[in-house]
Amino acid sequence: MSPIPSAQPSTRIQPAATPPELIRNFCIIAHIDHGKSTLADRMLQLTGVVEPRAMRAQYLDRMDIERERGITIKSQAVRMPWAVDVDGAETPHALNMIDTPGHVDFTYEVSRSLAACEGAVLLVDAAQGIEAQTLANLYLAMENELEIIPVLNKIDLPAAQPEKYAEELANLVGGDPDDVLKVSGKTGAGVEALLDRIVERVPAPVGDPDAPARAMIFDSVYDTYRGVVTYVRVVDGNLNPRERIVMMSTRATHELLEIGVISPEPIVTKGLGVGEVGYLITGVKDVRQSKVGDTVTNAAKPADEALGGYSDPKPMVFSGLYPIDGTDYPVLRDALDKLKLNDAALNYEPETSVALGFGFRVGFLGLLHLEIVRERLEREFDLDLISTAPNVVYDVTLEDGTVVKVTNPSEFPGGKIKQVSEPVVRATILAPSEFVGTVMGLCNDRRGQMLGMDYLSEDRVELRFTLPLAEIVFDFFDQLKSRTRGYASLDYEPSGDQVADLVKVDILLQGEQVDAFSAIVHKDKAYDYGVMMTAKLKEIIPRQQFEVPIQAAVGARVIARETVRAMRKDVLAKCYGGDISRKRKLLEKQKEGKKRMKNIGSVEVPKDAFIAALSSDAAGGKDAKDKSKK
Amino acid sequence: MSPALPEGEPVPPDGSLPAWVAGSGPSSPDGTSGPTARRGFGVYLHVPFCSVRCGYCDFNTYTASELGGGASRASYATTALREVDLAVRVLRDAGLPERPVSTVFVGGGTPTLLPAGDLVRLLGGVRDAWGLAPDAEVTTEANPDSVTPASLTELADAGFTRVSFGMQSAVPHVLATLERTHDPRRVPDVVRWARDAGLQVSLDLIYGTPGESLDDWRASLEAALATGVDHVSAYALVVEPGTRMAAQVRRGELALPSEDDQATKYELADELLTAAGLTWYEVSNWARTDDDRCRHNLAYWRGDDWWGIGPGAHSYVAAPGALAPSAGGAPAASPAGPGVVTDDTGASAGDAGVGVRWWNVKHPRRYAALLEAGTSPAAGRELLTRDQGRLEQAMLGVRLHEGLDLAVLSPAGRRAVAGLVANGLLDGRAAVAGRAVLTLRGRLLADTVVREITDE
Repeated sequence: MSPIPSAQPSTRIQPAATPPELIRNFCIIAHIDHGKSTLADRMLQLTGVVEPRAMRAQYLDRMDIERERGITIKSQAVRMPWAVDVDGAETPHALNMIDTPGHVDFTYEVSRSLAACEGAVLLVDAAQGIEAQTLANLYLAMENELEIIPVLNKIDLPAAQPEKYAEELANLVGGDPDDVLKVSGKTGAGVEALLDRIVERVPAPVGDPDAPARAMIFDSVYDTYRGVVTYVRVVDGNLNPRERIVMMSTRATHELLEIGVISPEPIVTKGLGVGEVGYLITGVKDVRQSKVGDTVTNAAKPADEALGGYSDPKPMVFSGLYPIDGTDYPVLRDALDKLKLNDAALNYEPETSVALGFGFRVGFLGLLHLEIVRERLEREFDLDLISTAPNVVYDVTLEDGTVVKVTNPSEFPGGKIKQVSEPVVRATILAPSEFVGTVMGLCNDRRGQMLGMDYLSEDRVELRFTLPLAEIVFDFFDQLKSRTRGYASLDYEPSGDQVADLVKVDILLQGEQVDAFSAIVHKDKAYDYGVMMTAKLKEIIPRQQFEVPIQAAVGARVIARETVRAMRKDVLAKCYGGDISRKRKLLEKQKEGKKRMKNIGSVEVPKDAFIAALSSDAAGGKDAKDKSKK
Repeated sequence: MSPALPEGEPVPPDGSLPAWVAGSGPSSPDGTSGPTARRGFGVYLHVPFCSVRCGYCDFNTYTASELGGGASRASYATTALREVDLAVRVLRDAGLPERPVSTVFVGGGTPTLLPAGDLVRLLGGVRDAWGLAPDAEVTTEANPDSVTPASLTELADAGFTRVSFGMQSAVPHVLATLERTHDPRRVPDVVRWARDAGLQVSLDLIYGTPGESLDDWRASLEAALATGVDHVSAYALVVEPGTRMAAQVRRGELALPSEDDQATKYELADELLTAAGLTWYEVSNWARTDDDRCRHNLAYWRGDDWWGIGPGAHSYVAAPGALAPSAGGAPAASPAGPGVVTDDTGASAGDAGVGVRWWNVKHPRRYAALLEAGTSPAAGRELLTRDQGRLEQAMLGVRLHEGLDLAVLSPAGRRAVAGLVANGLLDGRAAVAGRAVLTLRGRLLADTVVREITDE
């Protein structure tokens, strides 16, 4: 109701000295482009933590990529004062807004952010309604028993249908459609009421101030000047400057060099107490030493038991990343080393490809993660990269019972194989009801099994499937979007493994295997893949001095074949006085081009050809891009 | 002369050449450098006029007879002769020895669109400037439509020795696609008139025109051979960007010639021409005897000096002995003899290169204006580095039946020869004898061959 608390009552909400009952920890759950960052901007202004002249759009999104693509990758926590009238007295509260990543690849990070909150603002675009992704995060929030505050944003838009979507939200979270707040992050309308509602509805944190300290890490970010900045939510006890702390998963001990809150710039404090949210600096240089989900405790008086919910990030999707210019390999290696400091989920190993030279096999949380990493490498380190088609991790059991983990199709073992298992996901798809058949058809094509279907409203349906992850990383999102004219949205979460009839298809040029094109596919689809890939390569591979067979093979069995016929003529018929300079320059160019050729056996293939074949194929990467633009 | 001029550095207004073209050091002991080693000197005369512009043509030519600013067909000979005067001065100032002209080639455009008297006057200017060698070859291109027995006789009397007719095809629908207006039935007549006038005769043919069948092409070859001609040039049609034909292809009105079709037609040409007693001496040229070959064009491929007169014309002057093979086939030594050190890039130290090539401004009006003002009409030039010179030497030399001396190649280039022999692109017997000579298949893949033998 009232904005910034005046000076005197503000002393009641000093960091390290704020009673838990005056603290509210909340996050905002929203789909990309539903206006979360703009709403956060308005909150920063209204609560006075950012002066109007210091304001810039999407204040909290620090990375260029985040601001440009309109998505938030790394969460942050901002402490904002907000006073409400309690029994006739202006009572200041400290609001901690924890900005969650809104993406399918970062479900684990989202879950940790949610675990740091007691409430969640469910923010939905009043012109678009809820999306699958938001739904997934909403479920997560409800599982974490968060108080949900449904809010419709962008009510200023002409296309807004607040009544319709209020009904949808009320159906989802329970309650009355009239209870759904209607705001505009752009104009600021309704934002004060929202802040009041947060104080009113979100429960205050509860913890034991006298117990040994336990704080959950919900984010950790590498800063060039400060080293790793760790964001925590204190559950029990308190953390103080200069004391020694322990990371409970690794038992590593660090000294707390600095502790503070973000408001929205870092402010050093005397510590953090129960229910508070802030940051720690210990001087470590690698985010792996400060893992999201881990519990921080006091070294002198350690807690017995860590907070629950910690797990190591597990790469789900792998892709080979290669510099287009082979001499950039060391640059790529250094760049990955640097990104790793800030990305606990990123892992990679050197890899050599006949077609692409030296590169890395990189594991990602998902397609968006892949795309973001690739984009950062290209942008921040000025690298030109080619990525191989993304693939998942397979467990291959040999006849003798040995299990081989395959993260690169070309490493798929030959010989007798007992079984192959692949990761599966639970996918949730929201689509207008007219597309139910289309979506079911697509999922069926992709070896999906339907789990259920619900009508969210008269014309919107939620469909649930289990699908092999491999089917999703290959072109699924593009297909889903194009078949539903862009209306469907998708979310998925890992859901174990399944044994499947999978084979490796190799592509051979003049009998030589081209590793970059090997793929693990379902037996029923091997032929299609072989035909598609050989046809594509036939178009791309230039004619040589001799005929070049292109084959697709499963083991020793050839399943598809094309032929690039021998080149017959390349000579320029006329070469007289006035042609010589032009012709020589052409040759110089061709010779330059020859340096970019790769030899597969005796076949000369322009690197560009591999790139063309891979990029039209790396639909996975494109998925994520489209998705983020959505 | 293709329409797009190369990129180059500016030419001094007086057109002067770099000092090193005359050979800066003393003669080397083997006698391949120094002013005495100068080879032949050819003159090309460009006539930038046509009565109609053919759809496939991207040459520097204009159909209007009056281009304004003193550039007209009528005044063209006068203008071109100004450049001859400039050429004499430039070559003399560069310290190059006076040499009689060994070959003259008048091309276009349609040279015979100028009155025969003008062509005679142009040739006279060249003769007055440098003198013609006693056995000089003097060729003009001609359109079968624009000559008469009288005009051909006039040319022969004035010193022309050779005429090259743009026959292109004997098949009316092919000529129509090419937008050639001459009557193919006239070709045997003009060949006879020219021979009667004492001129050597060549016929130009084009294959791979959209819509041309293999039989059409065979008919054209047979028609050309039926004239008893001693020299044939056969060119694959290239659809050059910016031409009317390119636009027709883009709009889907004409199909782009296929590489395979052109290869088949080239093979047919070689078969029929060879059977008729003409042998190839360059990728696109066949002649009955050595004396029937076009020496002017051979000079281009062998790297001799030549001066191109006219709008858009190119010229080339080589430093003496710059690219001669050294004894024993080891990598060639410094191009300019003792006292000149080569650096890693292959260019000689200082500004010395292995040759200089320049080209004139394209438009006849600007060309005329520059000469009128006493300024060089050159639009730009390039000073060839040793690597560039080597590349050109290989690119041009390998097109010839006589082939390329393997000793001029780098070690990597020589290593590539075996593979090319194995793949049937180079003649094995010739390779053993120390020369790179293309096989029939190799002639069609000459670019591949050049790329491989110029490996570094």
